[in-house]
Amino acid sequence: MSARTRFNVIGKPRRRVDGRAKVTGQTRFADDIKLPRMLHCKILRSPLPHARIESIDVARAEAHPGVHLVLTGKDFPVTYGMMPVSQDEYPLAPERVRYVGDPVAAVIARDEQTAAQALDLIDVRYQPLKTIATIEEALATPEPRIHDYGERGNIHRNQSYEFGDVEEALAHADHVFEDVFFFEGNTHLPIEQHAAVATVDADGKLTLWSSTQVPHYLHRALSRALQFPAAHIRVIACPNGGGFGGKCDLHNHEIVVSRAALRLGRPVKICLSREEVFYMHRGRHPVLMKMRTGVTRDGRLTGMSVQTLLDGGGYGGYGAASTFYTGVLQPVTYELPRYRFDAARVFTNKPACGPKRGHGTPQPRFGQEVQLDKIAERLGMDPAELRLNIVAKPNSLTANWLRIGSIGLAECIHKVVDASGWKDKHRKLPEGRGIGIACAAYLSGAGVSIYWNKMPHSGVQLLLDRSGQVTVFCGATEIGQGSDDVLAAIVAEVLGIDAFDVRCVTGDTGITPVDLGSYSSRVTVMMGNAAIQAAERVRELIADAAADELDVLPERVVFARGQVFASEDPSKTMSFREAVAFAETKYGTLGSVGSYSPPKAPGRYKGAGVGPSPAYSYTACVVEVDVDPITGWITVPKVWVAHDIGRTINPVLARGQVEGSIYMGLGEALMEEQVFRRLPPKLSNALVHKIPSLLEYKSLTSLDMPEVETILVEDPDPNCPFGAKEVGQGPLLPVMPAVANAVFDAVGVRIDEVPITPDKILAALAKKAKGEVARVGPDRFPDVPYPEPIFVLPPSEGGDGNATKAPHRDEPARHKEAAAS
Amino acid sequence: MMRLPHFRYRAPASIEEAARILADEGSQAMLVAGGTDLVPNMKRRHQEPTTLVSVRRIDALKKVANGAGLTLGAGLTLSEVVGTGAVREHYQGLWEAASQVATPQLRNMGTLGGNVCLDTRCTYYNQNYEWRKAIDFCMKKDGETCWVATASKRCVAVSSTDTAPALIALGAKARLVSASGEREVALADLYNNDGIEYLTRRPDEILTEIVLPPAAGWRSAYWKLRRRGAFDFPVLGVAAAVRAAPDGTVEDARIVLGAVASRPVVTRAGELLSGRKLTDEAIAEVAAKVATRAKPLDNTDLEIYWRKEVVPAFVGYALRQIRGDDMRATRLRIARQSLG
Amino acid sequence: MDAVRERDATAQENVRLSMRVNGEEVDVLFAPYKTLLEVLREDLDLTGTKHGCELGECGACAVLVDGEPVLSCLALALDCEGREIETVEGLARGPELHPLQAAFADLGAAQCGYCTPGILMTAKALLAAEPAPSRERIKEAISGNLCRCTGYQQIFEAVEEAARQMRDEGGAR
Repeated sequence: MSARTRFNVIGKPRRRVDGRAKVTGQTRFADDIKLPRMLHCKILRSPLPHARIESIDVARAEAHPGVHLVLTGKDFPVTYGMMPVSQDEYPLAPERVRYVGDPVAAVIARDEQTAAQALDLIDVRYQPLKTIATIEEALATPEPRIHDYGERGNIHRNQSYEFGDVEEALAHADHVFEDVFFFEGNTHLPIEQHAAVATVDADGKLTLWSSTQVPHYLHRALSRALQFPAAHIRVIACPNGGGFGGKCDLHNHEIVVSRAALRLGRPVKICLSREEVFYMHRGRHPVLMKMRTGVTRDGRLTGMSVQTLLDGGGYGGYGAASTFYTGVLQPVTYELPRYRFDAARVFTNKPACGPKRGHGTPQPRFGQEVQLDKIAERLGMDPAELRLNIVAKPNSLTANWLRIGSIGLAECIHKVVDASGWKDKHRKLPEGRGIGIACAAYLSGAGVSIYWNKMPHSGVQLLLDRSGQVTVFCGATEIGQGSDDVLAAIVAEVLGIDAFDVRCVTGDTGITPVDLGSYSSRVTVMMGNAAIQAAERVRELIADAAADELDVLPERVVFARGQVFASEDPSKTMSFREAVAFAETKYGTLGSVGSYSPPKAPGRYKGAGVGPSPAYSYTACVVEVDVDPITGWITVPKVWVAHDIGRTINPVLARGQVEGSIYMGLGEALMEEQVFRRLPPKLSNALVHKIPSLLEYKSLTSLDMPEVETILVEDPDPNCPFGAKEVGQGPLLPVMPAVANAVFDAVGVRIDEVPITPDKILAALAKKAKGEVARVGPDRFPDVPYPEPIFVLPPSEGGDGNATKAPHRDEPARHKEAAAS
Repeated sequence: MMRLPHFRYRAPASIEEAARILADEGSQAMLVAGGTDLVPNMKRRHQEPTTLVSVRRIDALKKVANGAGLTLGAGLTLSEVVGTGAVREHYQGLWEAASQVATPQLRNMGTLGGNVCLDTRCTYYNQNYEWRKAIDFCMKKDGETCWVATASKRCVAVSSTDTAPALIALGAKARLVSASGEREVALADLYNNDGIEYLTRRPDEILTEIVLPPAAGWRSAYWKLRRRGAFDFPVLGVAAAVRAAPDGTVEDARIVLGAVASRPVVTRAGELLSGRKLTDEAIAEVAAKVATRAKPLDNTDLEIYWRKEVVPAFVGYALRQIRGDDMRATRLRIARQSLG
Repeated sequence: MDAVRERDATAQENVRLSMRVNGEEVDVLFAPYKTLLEVLREDLDLTGTKHGCELGECGACAVLVDGEPVLSCLALALDCEGREIETVEGLARGPELHPLQAAFADLGAAQCGYCTPGILMTAKALLAAEPAPSRERIKEAISGNLCRCTGYQQIFEAVEEAARQMRDEGGAR
């Protein structure tokens, strides 16, 4: 199937199947649901960043007219959490609050206004605890511990891996580059605020509609947190009004309204305020990182050591995975014979961080791509050429045992270099104008599920009948990316019908086969492969029945443009509907299922489960900037981006994913920041989100967005449906470093942190004028008690994928600072 | 969904009736026109008037009168101000200021009077009730401390109106009407340098008109610093107006800075520029002197020292535009739109 | 006309007023503190109009009032007596999509679809005033509508395409 090159649906620009609903206002988002007798929920949140709850008195709230129920932590004795290793959250905090915004109590009332009024009537007494605001404070403050689990003190996760002797590789390099970078946290900011509605059905079972990207994981978590049988819970993921990873985690309010509905026997709705969405967060971790890279004089990498330090906020969430992701994907982009990463995540008294578009990888990608720019400059090489020379090889294994299949990165680089006129611009534009390049790779789906199991990652079911209608069921979740459209297109392609002739039923744990959710760019590949399998299975039945009627061999039956016909003699034909009717006559009720599990990863060491993917996508990006040397004001006139998508399912949507990624990347590069305000500690314990609003958290408007030239490069990957890889996340990654590199080309200063703002540029220019190092960025990387690394020999050095004993090393030499050459 | 508190609603048909209501109800009543400032503030419980006096039905507040100068009704929406030919033709600085307020939809709602009377802003204040509770509130509302400057005796919330600096530079006056009479004040005198008591308008007064003097001989400009091309309030506004002789010698000049204090800051530009020509040297010197009046604090977007550093550049943009330089490319970079 | 000139919204009782919504006279009973956004979504069940902040900071709730795009989250419902309101539900003619809707659906201008109704209504007003707007004008006109999905480019193209369609059809609708 994947080898096919001629398609009727795949690759054609089409109106998405759910397009009409979206432009008529008929798409039903969670907050659009209104049920008879529905009540409304509001949540009381902690005003303190870190405190013990001494008492909660809800009597006045319960007595308030219109209030039906008040819930507190004692109604939720069981913890929950996305990762099995971090079951550290309560839907409502029973005795401890860990950030301003941590939920403490909930009021369910006849309307939202009444519920909000009653919140004011709840009396909570807190015993404040020491506020831990930053990475440095978390490292320096082992007590009080924000959680009583984790590595030690307030270090949540701490891990080290070494693939081959990196110190030796650096020692044999011609140059060793050492840089420290900082990537500020930022948030998803979907325009839709999270909402959820829970109801008890007529049969006594629970149904929850929610703006979630992960109905399956939510289904499991609800069962655990409510101690209610999973078979009696149905989670329906409404189309999300934007997700970007922000609706990937389990949300306390989903559990709260479910409990309330079960308690009251009435529907209960909640819709978060914008401020509460900032508290839900689970966004980009602030990451401090240090990169040491060995380079030959012709620009090849000999080895690299990456140290990362993540500010995790108040809970675990996806943090264990995020920590891994700051390390594991570095070797996928360029040839890197030896690699080491040390990664630690600390708890702080802020909303928990988690997965945002690119999950854990944009931060180290920023560091490496800016460092490569410095390397090219130092070696007198063209940064695009340097990258071209070291692009990872197709069908290879990385130093950390990830299997790369197709890789179209070289073509991507060529395309953006040509389109942007790179060779005429780089180091040639007038002062104040500059151009920068960066590249990236990303997963097409995580190879391992969040919880350990050997079941499929995606399931698809098809139902057909004599009317010719085709209904496809899949747990995948539409978050705007077009998952329903991909599903319909793939089924339509296999069955030779129009995508609009396929009805999609998705994201409903009660009636759709399990799909793990819309995260890690997994949907096209995993759901797509399952859909191909299901569609091919049912096509076989239809072909068999049609062959009887057409008097040809079944393998000679062709499905195209709504017809089923003989390949050699197109006059022997019937409509798809007739063919389905014959099949129903011959085989009875028609249906099929398909499922998909990713290939087994070659790495066998502990932790090898994070990083493997059926395929990796690749992106190259060129950004042009205009920097005013007097004010530091930055303008981005144009961006060129080429993305190796494998194969395009619907070019309209694929382009939208790329341009949306550029948009979000530019926001991160230039202005978006999830930052906090600490009041003077002598006067206050307060630690609040500085700007929890759509006005002050800056997201680019239509006037701020540059022109984007998008190029899709197709290098079909055999592991993927029709060869199609991911497109939703990868294109974001190179944007931030490309901006930083362009700023250097424009005015000769290095901004080694994100966001890159005019004040930082001006500060760097002032240093430059004084003859100091023309750079703004972190000065040092703190001492982190990383563990001894798990040592694994790279494939090229004869390893078998298992951990092994590290080679004998002279310990003091290892810690000797390798001076930047 | 954020919701308004309860209120009593009055919708008088005339200025007199509105003035009577204000006189009767005292400071518990507030005027609302476009609602773009007051409604969010009420949702955040900054203001909780028991009575809202909606002035949308008062046609007299929408008047535009061309006389010796130009009289603009306070009830004109900002879009209507932008669409007024005389503004475009003679009062470029006002046109540029009004064109850059917030967003197109907000300009369709918000009024000139509303922008002139805009509540002062501060990142410790323009937050939801729950957020403000988490910092134990601040001096401007429900609290005692000014968290921007904890030793400060007065609130340092920032005047964030775009139109007021432009209007003051153009010599505008404000007409205030109450049940007990009416008065006209120089617009600069409508403001106090106090984030709480930022207006000299009494609660029973209605701002009915902005009166602009004749523009003959004057050229004006407004340059706004903000992060994005839309939505954002100014973190610096530079309004300049210059009257020059045919040979280019400046006869009179006014430069007013917005968003650097609790009121628009009127500078000594007139003294500094009079009798000189707008040479590069004169512009640089005046820009540097004027900039010393800007005292940004850490309560708006963007970094405070940088905000101070770029004041001369923005003053320079305004003066060069008035001199007749082609500033279109710079305008496009700064405003993210050509304002054409 | 002056049915709502004096309303006591401090009382818990609902108030009634009439407006024209999508060409139809409606009488609606609602809690008097509500904004137009709340009345449309909660009392008239017109949930096509969205909300992202309720403070005038995103543009998701934009509707047309007397033909002008405004933010329904900041408009007091009581101020809307007798006014003409248009929402996304009123855009199509029967089953036939408005050219803007068709272009948005065809050209990728709606990804998640959440900011879409506000942008469609804003674009409708733009094309009514300027049948052939430049790219620059389109950018300015929708600068008050945040979209986190698309990067706006496909939105600009869809507005341009719809404008072409409408000019070919002979005028605004």
